[in-house]
Amino acid sequence: MLLRIEPRSEPSKTMKYMSPLIAAVLMLISGIIIFTLLGKNPVEAFHAFFIEPVNDLYGIGELFIKASPLMLIGTGLAIGFRASIWNIGAEGQLAIGALFGGYIAILFNDSNGFFILPLMLLSGAVGGMLWAAIPAFLKTVFNANEILVSLMLNYVALLLLALLVHGPLRDPNGYGFPQSVLFADSAILPILVEGTRLHLGVFIAFAGVFVGWIFLLKSFAGFQIQVAGLAQKAASYAGFQYKKLIWIGLLSGGLAAGIAGVLEIAGPIGQLLPTVSPGYGYAAIIVAFVGRLHPGGIFLSSLLMALLYLGGESGQMNLDLPSAVTGIFQGLLLFYLLAADFLINYRICIGALKKEGI
Amino acid sequence: MDFDIFLQILIAAVAAGTPFVYAALGELITEKSGVLNLGVEGMMLVGAISGFIAMAKTGSLLVAVFVGMSAGALLSGIFAVLTLTLMANQVASGLALTIFGVGLSAFLGLEYTSIALPGVPEINLPLLAKIPVIGKLFFSFDILIYCSGLLFMAVSWFLYKSKAGLVLRGIGEAPKSAHALGYNVIKIRYMAVLFGGAMAGLGGVYLSVAYTPMWVEGMVAGRGWVSLALVVFATWRPARVMFGAYFFGAITIAQFHIQGFGFDIPAQLLSMMPYIATIIVLVLISRNQNTIRLNSPASLGITYHPDNQ
Repeated sequence: MLLRIEPRSEPSKTMKYMSPLIAAVLMLISGIIIFTLLGKNPVEAFHAFFIEPVNDLYGIGELFIKASPLMLIGTGLAIGFRASIWNIGAEGQLAIGALFGGYIAILFNDSNGFFILPLMLLSGAVGGMLWAAIPAFLKTVFNANEILVSLMLNYVALLLLALLVHGPLRDPNGYGFPQSVLFADSAILPILVEGTRLHLGVFIAFAGVFVGWIFLLKSFAGFQIQVAGLAQKAASYAGFQYKKLIWIGLLSGGLAAGIAGVLEIAGPIGQLLPTVSPGYGYAAIIVAFVGRLHPGGIFLSSLLMALLYLGGESGQMNLDLPSAVTGIFQGLLLFYLLAADFLINYRICIGALKKEGI
Repeated sequence: MDFDIFLQILIAAVAAGTPFVYAALGELITEKSGVLNLGVEGMMLVGAISGFIAMAKTGSLLVAVFVGMSAGALLSGIFAVLTLTLMANQVASGLALTIFGVGLSAFLGLEYTSIALPGVPEINLPLLAKIPVIGKLFFSFDILIYCSGLLFMAVSWFLYKSKAGLVLRGIGEAPKSAHALGYNVIKIRYMAVLFGGAMAGLGGVYLSVAYTPMWVEGMVAGRGWVSLALVVFATWRPARVMFGAYFFGAITIAQFHIQGFGFDIPAQLLSMMPYIATIIVLVLISRNQNTIRLNSPASLGITYHPDNQ
């Protein structure tokens, strides 16, 4: 029996949707292998990692809380990625969003106006966009590579947040701990379901994904982005301004990440800390790719990625599995997806090459 | 300023610049073949922890270097299979490599966070080290720093004086033509990617075994990304890579000395310096579009496969 690779006459639509599933299954199989190598009972470990965290209402709530920033940022990034504009600075844009939103919460800590939460979201969105505007500006005006600039700004943003939380934004009555005051109730997203931590932010994330979907698939700007991603020359012949697309591509990511930052501090955290995200900005890159840069797919892949985070925590608590395993799973998932995508354009055939023609 | 202190800073800058030398020269070769591997940060981290573990277990620098280089090369091998054989997008694959490397290194290093290694002794070259000023500046480093100097010479010679280097550059400029001339583009690109991975791994080993010498999660701290920027900054030329590496080494060092001189600047603000400097330098060099267009390998980042034309 011979295995042979042959190009498809046209890209397979089925494989385009199957490939994330193949990647997820391969990742699960790798997980079982890794658990076994670590000397754990694979069935038990699998259960602790992938089932245990979501087998009750509270767990489901946690899943959506973790998935919210991921789906939001993933959608924002996908808009840029579709036009080959690589914003990998979401982690920093999230931190600046949290900083801007958190500043409002600290400023109005004594009042309990209904305006505080909307103002925090607005402020966070502006913060994230401002941070994303730096690579956009440097790319459009000075031609500086947006990948490297946005990545460098992640380090700068995290240091800036740490600096301010250690200094001016620190709780004066906090015994010198690097953390802000606890936010007042008016700056905390209300809980939606009794017995869980599921908060209003989840619906803000849903709304964000929906808006992203409308923008990408129904608006003219979304169409321009699509074309620029597929054929840059065609886009410029059609008169689409690439510089405008760079701005849209980067700002959409910054906007989403900034709001996600506010959701984190006004949701599960409830104050400003030196670190507000366990790498959501990077994980969202994987979410965007595994979701096929489509808001619907991103919604699903954000749930899978959230499960990996929860599984990491649960595995650590119940089985003493190192939580760093989560990072390995995330990387493997993207590897498998990129490999499985090969099957979109090629197929594997069994048997020798058929003799063609004469 | 006291001259002795100045000299000390200069020597420290060379040591701090050495990880950049390894990683950026490796990436330079990879990019010269037309492949953009954004996974340098991940490969450096995995190289750092593998080398560290090998050093802690065997006490042999040679073993540590070998293990670290192999780990970097192995990781770049995954990237090579994805991008060269399976024709995956190079940017996405490189990002995946970094994310995977960050996770894998954190995982491997769990039991090694509180161990300190003895470090690598300086070698005072006989006679030469005795020369005042110059002797200290050039002839009393550890062996890995000397090796990085040798690597620079080897890479320069390879790229501009050897036939193989000419072929490599040709493939980076025009893979189709190189293929038509009978060169195996994919095989040569595989070798360039693996070399880049091994050098990134070695840069990581230098950090964890000689420079610090201990393991801290995420200790590469963006040096892989700075190395990528360095290659652009150097407009793909080895001599400028060296200059840039030591320049960034000096900036890394400066943050520790500024506080020593009595300036009261918060530590976080000082830690931002290398990253902000990278952005500024990148802007300065990219400002003129032609500088980049004329110097970067023409096929950089573009997927090529001879069966797919």
